[in-house]
Amino acid sequence: MNTAGKVVRFQLHDLVRNRWLLGYTIVLLGLTTALLWLGGGGERAIVSLLDVVLILVPLASVMFGTLYLYNAREFIELLLAQPVGRPAMFTGLYVGLTAPLVCGFGLGIGLPLLVSSATTVSIPARALIILLATGVLLTLIFTAVAFLLALRFEDRARGLGAALAVWLGFAVLYDGLVLLVVLTFGDYPLESPLLALTMLNPVDLGRVLLLLQFDIAALMGYTGAVFQRFFGDALGMATATVALLIWVVLPLTIGLRWFRRRDF
Amino acid sequence: MTSPAVEAVGLSKRFGTREVLKGIDLRIAPGRVTGLVGPNAAGKSTLIKIVLGLVRADLGRLAVHGETVNGKVEYRRAIGYMPQAAKFPENLTGREVLRMLRDLRGADGGLDQELIEQFRLEPELDKPIRTLSGGTRQKLSAATTFLFRPSLLILDEPTAGLDPVASGIFKDKVRRARDAGATVLLASHTLSELEELADDIVFLLEGRVRYHGPLASLIELTGLANLERAVASLMRENAA
Repeated sequence: MNTAGKVVRFQLHDLVRNRWLLGYTIVLLGLTTALLWLGGGGERAIVSLLDVVLILVPLASVMFGTLYLYNAREFIELLLAQPVGRPAMFTGLYVGLTAPLVCGFGLGIGLPLLVSSATTVSIPARALIILLATGVLLTLIFTAVAFLLALRFEDRARGLGAALAVWLGFAVLYDGLVLLVVLTFGDYPLESPLLALTMLNPVDLGRVLLLLQFDIAALMGYTGAVFQRFFGDALGMATATVALLIWVVLPLTIGLRWFRRRDF
Repeated sequence: MTSPAVEAVGLSKRFGTREVLKGIDLRIAPGRVTGLVGPNAAGKSTLIKIVLGLVRADLGRLAVHGETVNGKVEYRRAIGYMPQAAKFPENLTGREVLRMLRDLRGADGGLDQELIEQFRLEPELDKPIRTLSGGTRQKLSAATTFLFRPSLLILDEPTAGLDPVASGIFKDKVRRARDAGATVLLASHTLSELEELADDIVFLLEGRVRYHGPLASLIELTGLANLERAVASLMRENAA
């Protein structure tokens, strides 16, 4: 096994016993089960689940990721004092952190969805796959952002504050700002700038990916509606997916660069 | 002539506007215990971290066992590092930490488990780290430092969290490692400990080496009774 693989293995040993992660899985499991069985089932339940994926997954990933990296700081130093290269350490840390989060998400949301789609509630397989894939991508993105924040801010309180601000910005305030832009510049052709604005927010991108499945654009925010109208299904899906993948790769590339140069 | 265990030439480091190391030239002799002393913010930790590759120098050259360290990794196989306060992942057990380090470093030279036995760590090794006391964690950290029979030991305030019995065991171990040919770089504020262990002293002040030589010569030079007074006198001289 290579060095990164060894780092991943021991992080997994540590994180499977982590109480926060266990709590995250249980909360997702409880919410999904409640929504599926009490919320009427079918597409309505899935629409409610979109909010869980779009709001809760980024919050948990960015906060847990940042907190974990600050807590592991001395241990990272200790490992870097061993014959372990920085790229291997970075890869090991990232994979070792995202893998349990993805598993927690898969177990918390995927398991009840699979059980219910096999038994009571009828959910289109395509929608199910896209819901899970979006959750996984948002986990990967917001953990990568957590790496950037923990590397950028020496001070733990500032780093955690920034993580909360990032989540609040992307998941809550961004759509409001977009709406403000629309109201202010309503007399101008806004479609291209709005599409660009959507690309700049992974939560909006995730929303687009999901709402294109359900034809409920009007319910899911202004940017989503524009996106669907402009692109139509296939092209919209492909564009949103590529943009989300860029959102994974870009912070990771910058993070690795910072990690290589950083003084510990 | 044998190459020095650690050689620094013109080593400089700046954090923002603060110049922490101002052109350090140093040759740490192999097979000896070198005590690293100096007041807080003198640059001791930065120097240690540059040797470990945790911090990169802005200027100058650093070699370990004759090999220039420049983002390289393999040279660290010869190093045993004991930080001031070791923090292992809370949910792992001591045994898992030992296994992880063994996986990362390999154990070609055989493992030195002497400290695990002497500290009576065996019954603690299957408990999660979070349930261990600070002292036991420090003992575990000491045991991991010697585990791979390193030829260069870097110890940063190693006995700070140890009780007197454990501290005695640890110091005996350092002496035995030195006698077996290991080089020891020991940063400590406890001057009595340095007096007990160190063959040589490096005195750092404001990022510069103010004295480097045998401990006995430093005491002789200042004409004072012990290391504590000799170091205090050096600090006063430099402040004047």
